[in-house]
Amino acid sequence: MDFLIALVGKDFVLTAADSASARSIMRMKSDMDKMIPLSSHALMLLAGPVGDCSNFGDYIQANLKLQALTNGFEASTHATANYVRKNIADALRSRGAYQVNSLIAGVDEQDGPSLYYLDYLGTMVKVPYGAHGYGSFFTFATLDHHYREGMSLEEATDVLKKCFLEIKTRFLMNLDSFKVRVVDADGIREVEVAQP
Amino acid sequence: MAFEFGGMPQFEAATCAHRSTSKALVKHNAGADVDEDEQQFTGPVPMFSLPRTDNPSEFLHQYSDANPDSKVKIQFAHGTTTLGFKFQHGVIIAVDSRASAGSYIASQTVKKVIEINPYLLGTMAGGAADCSYWERVLAKECRLFELRNGERISVAAASKILANIVYHYRGMGLSMGTMICGWDKKGPGLFYVDSDGTRLTNNLFSVGSGSTYAYGVLDAGYRWDLSVEEAHELARRAIYHATFRDAYSGGHINLYHMKETGWERILNMQDVGPLHYEYEAMKEQSMATTAD
Repeated sequence: MDFLIALVGKDFVLTAADSASARSIMRMKSDMDKMIPLSSHALMLLAGPVGDCSNFGDYIQANLKLQALTNGFEASTHATANYVRKNIADALRSRGAYQVNSLIAGVDEQDGPSLYYLDYLGTMVKVPYGAHGYGSFFTFATLDHHYREGMSLEEATDVLKKCFLEIKTRFLMNLDSFKVRVVDADGIREVEVAQP
Repeated sequence: MAFEFGGMPQFEAATCAHRSTSKALVKHNAGADVDEDEQQFTGPVPMFSLPRTDNPSEFLHQYSDANPDSKVKIQFAHGTTTLGFKFQHGVIIAVDSRASAGSYIASQTVKKVIEINPYLLGTMAGGAADCSYWERVLAKECRLFELRNGERISVAAASKILANIVYHYRGMGLSMGTMICGWDKKGPGLFYVDSDGTRLTNNLFSVGSGSTYAYGVLDAGYRWDLSVEEAHELARRAIYHATFRDAYSGGHINLYHMKETGWERILNMQDVGPLHYEYEAMKEQSMATTAD
């Protein structure tokens, strides 16, 4: 039931995730953070079973931190996404596969902002915008229609708001609160977006 | 909560001195109806717990053939209501006491709150054996932590030990939904840990088949600034209403209050039967007052 969404703007990536933690038909928690920072300028959004997400997220975060410490520099977004993909793909053929779908948003000095869409089978695509979960069925058309390359933060936020509104009007489930974060040259920060 | 073989202390496993073995085989519900004079000479017999039905094996069959390929051979339906919430004066934990195996009530006097140490409590939902065993393992780990580090373990760390253990066993049939509650340097702590490897923290949790009913009462009456008396009553009522509606919850209420000084047991096996009539009388009284 998780919903993740992200879009690349002029010099930033705008990301959002719902903050409900569901178990069966019940909401166990309403302020769940589904994003985990992988470096100062890279953010991973995770959807799937809570146990898998937290364990996989912590594992990746710790290993990338270790790499940054041993190498003396943080990995690029591209390298980070490939590292995550390899871990998912390796686990897939073992006993304990991680059933996690993810979006990796990052900003590099060289490559600028970029977004990678990964699923639990090990698919990885570099995309201008992406979404996971049931919410993606409702928002991809909106994104296809309204997304433009090189949008400002204000324009991107407007598109995101359109997506939130569509979810509120068409999706059966009550996803009422979203956490919205921006990754840009200054790092990762949370932004307040008025929810419909 | 599931009733499992040997999981529940149905019959005391005491030593048997002068007991004739043939008799032991005939009577499978010893302890309950052993002759008085017989008991003088013998004492309880160590027995393999069996459901008290005409044909225990037939009864168990319905829970054992769900998926023949699965490694998990027995899958009981489990019912329970447990709840926990943090508020200004600490954490409240309340539970019912019924153990069921499908339609069969295996026990009405189960202790579903596990006293890990004076500052940590765990609740039991799902498999009784899984919960009591792994929370005992957790108790060991917490004691070892104390010995190694010279200070008490935090609630976050304790709950993570349990979450990591069960995550390691995921897909192998463990069944538990537990709340780990305690008091540490950060103040009151409450974590939900289940056998899928989920570990969450929040101010309010309810776990088990009766949890939806308990949430109904809790969500309506919960505030951070509840007084101690209000908090105890809210928890008691939530469990009562869950036992009233949920067939798999019932028996007695156990209620604990976690404070800075450690846990205190507030309600010790309060029967929900008489409580029902108490609440009914209160309802009638309030209706009479409204009519006036």
